[in-house]
Amino acid sequence: MTNLTRAGFGTPLSRVDGPAKVTGQAQYAAEFQPEDMLHAHVHTARIAKGKITRIDVSRALAVEGVVDVLTHENRPKVAWFDLKYKDMTAPLRGSPFKALYDENVIFSGQPIALVVAETPEIARYASTLLDVDYKWAEFQTDLAQVLDQAFVPRIPRAGYHKPKSRGDGEQAFSDAPVQVSNRYHLSPEHHNPLEMFASTVIWEGDGHVTISDKTQGVKNSHWYICNAMGWDRDKVRILSPFVGGAFGSGLRPQYQLYLAALAAKKLERSVQVVMTRQEMFGHGYRPECYQTVSLGADREGHLKGIVNSAVTATSSIENYMETVVNWGSMVYRCPDAKLDYKIAKVDTATPCDMRAPGGATGMNLFEVAMDELAYACDIDPLELRLRNYTDREAMKDKPYTSKALHDCYERGAAKFGWDRRSHAPRSMRDGHELIGWGMATGIWEAMMAPTSARARLSADGTLEVATATADMGPGTYTMMTQIAADTTGLPVEKITAKLGDSDLPFSPVQGGSMTAASAGTAVQKACDALLEELLEAARRIEDGPLAGVDLDEVGFGDGRIYLIDDTKIGMRFEEILAAAEMDSLEATELAKPGIINMMRKARNTHSAVFVEVRVDEDVGMARVTRVVNAVAAGRIINPKTARSQILGGVVFGIGMALEEETLADHRIGRWMNHNLAEYHVPVNADVPDIDVLFVEEQDDEVNPIGVKGVGEIGVVGTAAAIANALFHATGKRVRELPITIDKLL
Amino acid sequence: MRRFSYSRPTEVSEALAEAGGEDVRFLAGGTNLVDLMKENVERPQHLVDITRLPLDRIEEIQSGLKIGALVLNSDLAHDPKVENRYPLLSLALLNGASPQLRNSATTGGNLLQRTRCYYFYDVATACNKRDPGAGCQAIGGLTRLHAILGASPHCIATHPSDMCVAMAALDAVVHVESATGTRTIPFEDFHRLPGDTPQRDTTLEPGELVTAVELPATRFDRHYTYLKLRDRQSYAFALVSVAAAMRLEDGVMTDVRLALGGVAHKPWRDRDAEALLSGKAPERALFSKAAEAILADAQGQGANDFKIELARRAIVRGLDQAARGTPQSVTDKRIA
Ligand SMILES: Cc1cc2nc3c(=O)[nH]c(=O)nc-3n(C[C@H](O)[C@H](O)[C@H](O)COP(=O)(O)OP(=O)(O)OC[C@H]3O[C@@H](n4cnc5c(N)ncnc54)[C@H](O)[C@@H]3O)c2cc1C
Ligand code: SF4
Repeated sequence: MTNLTRAGFGTPLSRVDGPAKVTGQAQYAAEFQPEDMLHAHVHTARIAKGKITRIDVSRALAVEGVVDVLTHENRPKVAWFDLKYKDMTAPLRGSPFKALYDENVIFSGQPIALVVAETPEIARYASTLLDVDYKWAEFQTDLAQVLDQAFVPRIPRAGYHKPKSRGDGEQAFSDAPVQVSNRYHLSPEHHNPLEMFASTVIWEGDGHVTISDKTQGVKNSHWYICNAMGWDRDKVRILSPFVGGAFGSGLRPQYQLYLAALAAKKLERSVQVVMTRQEMFGHGYRPECYQTVSLGADREGHLKGIVNSAVTATSSIENYMETVVNWGSMVYRCPDAKLDYKIAKVDTATPCDMRAPGGATGMNLFEVAMDELAYACDIDPLELRLRNYTDREAMKDKPYTSKALHDCYERGAAKFGWDRRSHAPRSMRDGHELIGWGMATGIWEAMMAPTSARARLSADGTLEVATATADMGPGTYTMMTQIAADTTGLPVEKITAKLGDSDLPFSPVQGGSMTAASAGTAVQKACDALLEELLEAARRIEDGPLAGVDLDEVGFGDGRIYLIDDTKIGMRFEEILAAAEMDSLEATELAKPGIINMMRKARNTHSAVFVEVRVDEDVGMARVTRVVNAVAAGRIINPKTARSQILGGVVFGIGMALEEETLADHRIGRWMNHNLAEYHVPVNADVPDIDVLFVEEQDDEVNPIGVKGVGEIGVVGTAAAIANALFHATGKRVRELPITIDKLL
Repeated sequence: MRRFSYSRPTEVSEALAEAGGEDVRFLAGGTNLVDLMKENVERPQHLVDITRLPLDRIEEIQSGLKIGALVLNSDLAHDPKVENRYPLLSLALLNGASPQLRNSATTGGNLLQRTRCYYFYDVATACNKRDPGAGCQAIGGLTRLHAILGASPHCIATHPSDMCVAMAALDAVVHVESATGTRTIPFEDFHRLPGDTPQRDTTLEPGELVTAVELPATRFDRHYTYLKLRDRQSYAFALVSVAAAMRLEDGVMTDVRLALGGVAHKPWRDRDAEALLSGKAPERALFSKAAEAILADAQGQGANDFKIELARRAIVRGLDQAARGTPQSVTDKRIA
């Protein structure tokens, strides 16, 4: 072989799955097409809350090609106990949504029937023929109307970080010579990944079931569907080799999985359910938020007291929570802070995690408040952040494993040319365009979760590394390949990464920016263990060149184990296997974080975002013209895919700042802009050149491979920097996201 | 989607013979009709695919340019005759939808595209346009996309087309044909206000096929603009758009054309306002007066109140762009 690719840590390796994706070889959930498969179409509720009093399916059933119509009246027996429906990421309290369970409707767009037919067209047509009568009940979808009913759940969800107040925030705020106190609002957003949710249940006929599912976690789907259907774990396999974006909407199993399984169970046939774009507005979403931030400071801008409270929406059935109010109080030094977070119930589907859940909401709104403080103190916004800088995590007063935020500020500002900014609002212009420069701080978590991986060396010298994680777009296949290449010294061409299969070793859902740290460490450990076993085998080969050598005498590289003192002496991996008469060699390892160490030190990514906007003075059209995002995220495995993650995050931030908003008609409790023509996400013309800088951050403690993750940090801070730039341009402070043209007029 | 039968005639006469029934629709690019069928908003029983009819040419005729109903939006936008004589039309077309959509969308289909009112699109809600007599749920609800001029208590929807705004300004004429003969309809009479029959978008009779749109010979190649204000830089329907064209002789405006999009059930032209401008020197104060005149009767619905002020500013800016001869670029997003 010639031109083999060596790809260690830090190599900008192109996606290993790129060719499969652009040539259509990559198989997505709806592209699994078993023979004799039935297609099912969902019928959704028109009312926000109430009961189905009558559901007549006879006209639909009469259509040729319709096989069955499933409703709450005729569905097969399923588990009744709530616990059986709790997936691994479900809120601990509450009762998860169960489609077609009974006559109750709890949100508009809820699936209430499933039409199963020979073709998708027949199913879709017949679903329009259902006759349903409803009885409305009283409902409320407007968070503003239930703020007074907000509450603190007694049992928080897993992964939620309880805010920790310090000192007397209220007193300190009211004693401070400079005070800013305002309420901010974030509109609800839907994830809108490109690929529709789809599940194909392949009825194998021998008691086995294989399901291709669009999910961020095959193990989670496996756990959930086996519990709900009462299926034998060993007879069910979930596949999800490729995911066309999810942004968190695929963390919890979506209802199409349940419905496809339900139909397959009843009919004992293969069934596929694909959601429509409109139906994708009937599942989880980023909840609306009201947040009040009061910042008290001395005249030099040193924070004295923070009072930060927020309410986000949850559903009537589950307590969905996010970590919203902590972030600002973690980042900045401030002696006194009072933090308060509550949720309030509205009659929608349960919200769910969406890229940087809580952080994107809380920190972006907090950072607008920081900008307000900068102007109240008449201090440059960057200077204000520097004056309140701390090396410690200020909320829990803990040291960090690393925090290179200061470098982010410095390098980002230099690259952007921040020193040329004139401070006063409306002071920079170009003809009739007002120019605004704004900045903000970003912070996100650098987590790791227990993950197992397997490494298997075959007789031909090729290596396979595998774990049941997902690749919803960040480049997980590439990351795993690269870590294996780094660890073993094998060229990329000899390595295959496998994921998205519930038969593989355990991995948690892909979320929380922790896949590289978790699956990456597991792959490294498995490869290390494999090499040790291989060396052991080589040492035992009598008369072999490596007989009896010690670990510290040898090196690994080029698919060989060799003597460090005389590199010509050694054995190729495949030679070792042949000589040891082994077909293959395998090692499986579990990587898990050290819990005690986790508690002792804080672990976070940070960023500094600098943005230029231009706003037409007359008509208020605003556009982002420049972004510099400087990120400190530990070690960067692959600068190319990591940069893409930040680019995507920034685009998300542009959407949050200027465009994204799911509009509800609260009179009927229904999302109304449920399509991509009216739910606006940034298009190419909205996205300027984005400069991504990775600031060096050596971190041996955060996890064994020193990687912090970059999937979400790009969103945090970006929306705030844009909002702040708009203030700088126009002198108008908008405290509601998205900032649409009407708010700038 | 309801089941339907389908035919694809190659002669206009064959197509017309099949047309006429309540449940028959012509299918052109399908970019609007098929979407609406999927949402169960349009429920034809028979589709006459007209894409094979010989109506896809742009012809020079004595009175101007005749654009076949099947000329694609992208072909029309980039046709040299159009670019040279009616660059306003090119601009408007290129401001609409996306390149992929423009490659499928036709002139006739664009003319007859339906409103983007959220409620019209969602059969779970009440809509007079979809279901006459059912009520208009948009009133008092989400009205960001809705009309500020010419609305009725029965419907407050807007016509979403960009192309049509330019055509209205250019005094286009619509050619139609039915089994009983042909007729022409001046552009301003083609689309209608909702009144108490919002189910009817246009004055086209059942069974009539649009065969062409004719543009009068008068060229507007120096002083024109199409200024579209929307919720993102591209690929969004207009909140407000302004098509402006004029001739400037000795510093005086003549033959002023001004049409607005996104504000009414039809492209909005106000001849009185145009008269107010004609024969005068271009000045901002005058443009403001024209804007006030146009918007004197404007009425918001709550969520779209801002469109009145936005329209006022857009009119002034659009007239200014046209008078200065600095039309709005589609690629450079800075407002000229
Ligand atoms: C996401 C999206 C964004 C869009 N954005 C914009 C935008 O920004 N600006 C804009 O202007 N438009 C926009 N459009 C709309 C687009 O311009 C229209 O969908 C398109 O012009 C319709 O043309 P068509 O040939 O596909 O029509 P079809 O969908 O085939 O037909 C539309 C209607 O016209 C009727 N019809 C078609 N041809 C004739 C004829 N010759 N005689 C009589 N009746 C006929 C059909 O029966 C049907 O009722 C957008 C569309 C989409 C989907
Ligand atoms: S505005 Fe017109 S289209 Fe919209 S709901 Fe009312 S009647 Fe229907």
